[in-house]
Amino acid sequence: MGLNNPVQLCVTLVGNPNTGKSTIFNALTGLRQHTGNWPGKTVLTARGVYHYKGREFLLIDLPGTYSLVANSPEERVARDFLFFGHPDATVVVADATCLERNLNLALQVMEITSRVIVCVNLIDEARKKNLNINIAVLARELGVPVVATAARTGQGLDELKDLIYAVACGYITPCPREIGYGHYIEERLQKLLPLIQPYVSERRQARWLALRLLEGDESLLETWANKHLRDDSYD
Amino acid sequence: MTKIQELYRLAGELGDGRKEELQERIVKAIYRQAEAISGRVVSRHPGWACDWDRRIDDVVTSRLTGFPLMLLLLGVVFWVTIVGANYPSEILAALLFGLEDPLSFLFDYTGAPQWLCGMAVQGVYRTVAWVVSVMLPPMAIFFPCFTLLEDLGYLPRAAFNLDGLFKRAGTQGKQGLTMCMGFGCNAAGVTACRIIDSPRERLIAILTNNFVPCNGRFPTLIALATLFFAGSLSTSLSFMATAVVTTLVLLGVTVTLLVSYLLSKTLLRGLPSSFVLELPPYRMPQVGRVIVRSIFDRTIFVLGRAVTIAAPAGAVIWLLANNSIGGQNILKGMANFLDLPARFLGLDGYILTAFILGLPANEIVLPILLMGYLAQGTLVEPANFQDLGNLLVAYGWTPVTAFCFMLFSLLHYPCGTTIWTIYKETKSFKWTIAGVLIPLAVAVIVCGLVNFVGRLILN
Amino acid sequence: MGFNDGLKSLAELPVRSFAYVVTVGGQGLTRRRLLDLGFVPGTLIEVIRSGPCGDPVAYGVRGTTVALRREAAGEIQVKAAGKGWPGWA
Repeated sequence: MGLNNPVQLCVTLVGNPNTGKSTIFNALTGLRQHTGNWPGKTVLTARGVYHYKGREFLLIDLPGTYSLVANSPEERVARDFLFFGHPDATVVVADATCLERNLNLALQVMEITSRVIVCVNLIDEARKKNLNINIAVLARELGVPVVATAARTGQGLDELKDLIYAVACGYITPCPREIGYGHYIEERLQKLLPLIQPYVSERRQARWLALRLLEGDESLLETWANKHLRDDSYD
Repeated sequence: MTKIQELYRLAGELGDGRKEELQERIVKAIYRQAEAISGRVVSRHPGWACDWDRRIDDVVTSRLTGFPLMLLLLGVVFWVTIVGANYPSEILAALLFGLEDPLSFLFDYTGAPQWLCGMAVQGVYRTVAWVVSVMLPPMAIFFPCFTLLEDLGYLPRAAFNLDGLFKRAGTQGKQGLTMCMGFGCNAAGVTACRIIDSPRERLIAILTNNFVPCNGRFPTLIALATLFFAGSLSTSLSFMATAVVTTLVLLGVTVTLLVSYLLSKTLLRGLPSSFVLELPPYRMPQVGRVIVRSIFDRTIFVLGRAVTIAAPAGAVIWLLANNSIGGQNILKGMANFLDLPARFLGLDGYILTAFILGLPANEIVLPILLMGYLAQGTLVEPANFQDLGNLLVAYGWTPVTAFCFMLFSLLHYPCGTTIWTIYKETKSFKWTIAGVLIPLAVAVIVCGLVNFVGRLILN
Repeated sequence: MGFNDGLKSLAELPVRSFAYVVTVGGQGLTRRRLLDLGFVPGTLIEVIRSGPCGDPVAYGVRGTTVALRREAAGEIQVKAAGKGWPGWA
């Protein structure tokens, strides 16, 4: 991919409920999706287009989720989109006031796709609570670009747009840290991986799929199997 | 053996049938890293920050003040809406209805046929003018007030408070959140039911969302409460009207709980599922932006939708009111036909006709009713609220009629858009029909009872 | 004995007390949701307040406030950590 690629770039927004995802969506696209302070506000997947540095970006606001494995409809939508949709960049919107729980989701997203940007939103609220977040260290720990924003006032949004542009166009290649699961699980993963690897382009995705397989997450496997294994099994 | 089966088998073998334990190990590993990273990244400044969220929650969700505060907030929002909407409504009505004569004159001047003038001015224009003048001011006040509460983070607290009651009704507190959304628009409320995980409870929430008066019905309730249950003094007037509207809303909540209870004991039997709700930190809403946005986005949007339905509906109703089949005026014929069942409900034939024809959108019920009354051609058109009251009284309305009208409006059945949304959300004809019939049955029973008791007391 | 000494269910804890999660029972979606929200073994939980009807109860977990019903809280086994803030052990 390069500058001359005329195709629209696809960017997804994921995050816990109530982290200001919709506010960021509105700020980037100029659309006015209603925002509210209660978990589950965005039940539909909103889409909007914006232009930056001569490129067109399709921004997809996925429903807020706490994780990517549980079986609620929103979570399935978010997970399937990240796994099957191959977005050019994914922005994980994290709430600066409770970073730990938000990192839980960010780490899961980074297991599916490497083209991740972490956006630490509500940085102004965190400051009010006397919390200080070291963005540089966070970026180093995660292995992906991190930007602090206060979407309601517009702080950090230009930097966010820059990062999305750079990651989606391939000027920056994030290399997310891999989660170690300990001997017990890793041993089992190694047995499954060779069977999955041939069907998945990225090693990261194969690992993620193997984990879901171990967990017995059947809904995902059905979808995946329909896409990749059906034809093949009749050989 | 296919490859997928092979994969499943191997995974099952490796899992040792201990799926739960594996899951826990995986989640734990991810959290451990999240914890480690945030430990290295987040630091707390010296200095003690007062935990306002807790202090507010101490009041907002306390055993003692939790419920009274909810009631108070509801009352204050209604009161502000009623008081604030009164004058703008009057001015808008005077302005818009004042334009009717010049418009008619314009039609006459251009030599347009009489029926066209009648349909355009008395049908379309009058209905639209009515919808705008009655709906716009309350919406322009109610939406921002409500959005402020929403942005502040109060709604999850309301759900938290109400969960105990909903649990007894066999459902859960998130239903309260969907009801709050129903205040704006029932179709939005039905869509919001997606936040409820349990399919059984979600269905109950969808079927009962209608019992919250949406913005189409809310102004109608306010108008009638102001007309019939208010004294002559303006302050006591607004308080009485507020009390009546609040009582009606509480009645709607009670009916919601009762119907939910009955549903979870009969058609949708089951135990209440788990209730897991995050209480987000409070956030200071951006007052200016909230007001501008909720007026321009929500109010104009809802009003626009109402007007697009009201305009053609106005034309149709005018045609019904001014044409006859076999010497019988159509609207009058319908009204006469429906008069007997309507009397049983404390209404009259015209009111019931208006509710039936108002199916596309609840906001056009009152204009239809007025057109029906006026088609008899004996009375002056109402130029303001007082005239409207006199007109209704002249047609035999008593406080019981007004109360039954309000109850029927509160309970009857969802509007066309909401019914369509119920179908889209449930993908089932059966449940969509239930979503219409259950409220209708409740409305008939409640209105019948109130009418019966009301007449006993009045006579 | 030994390891399971002093285990209680989260639902039994009084308001304003602290405890560490030991196991998360139950199954299916509820269990999964509890884990995702941070009720993971080893986590420190604060019992913040109970609702006006006594149920649900709000818990502080990993910097957020989450309301759980008695049934869900009953699935979580904890080890009490006393009344005051025990610090990060």
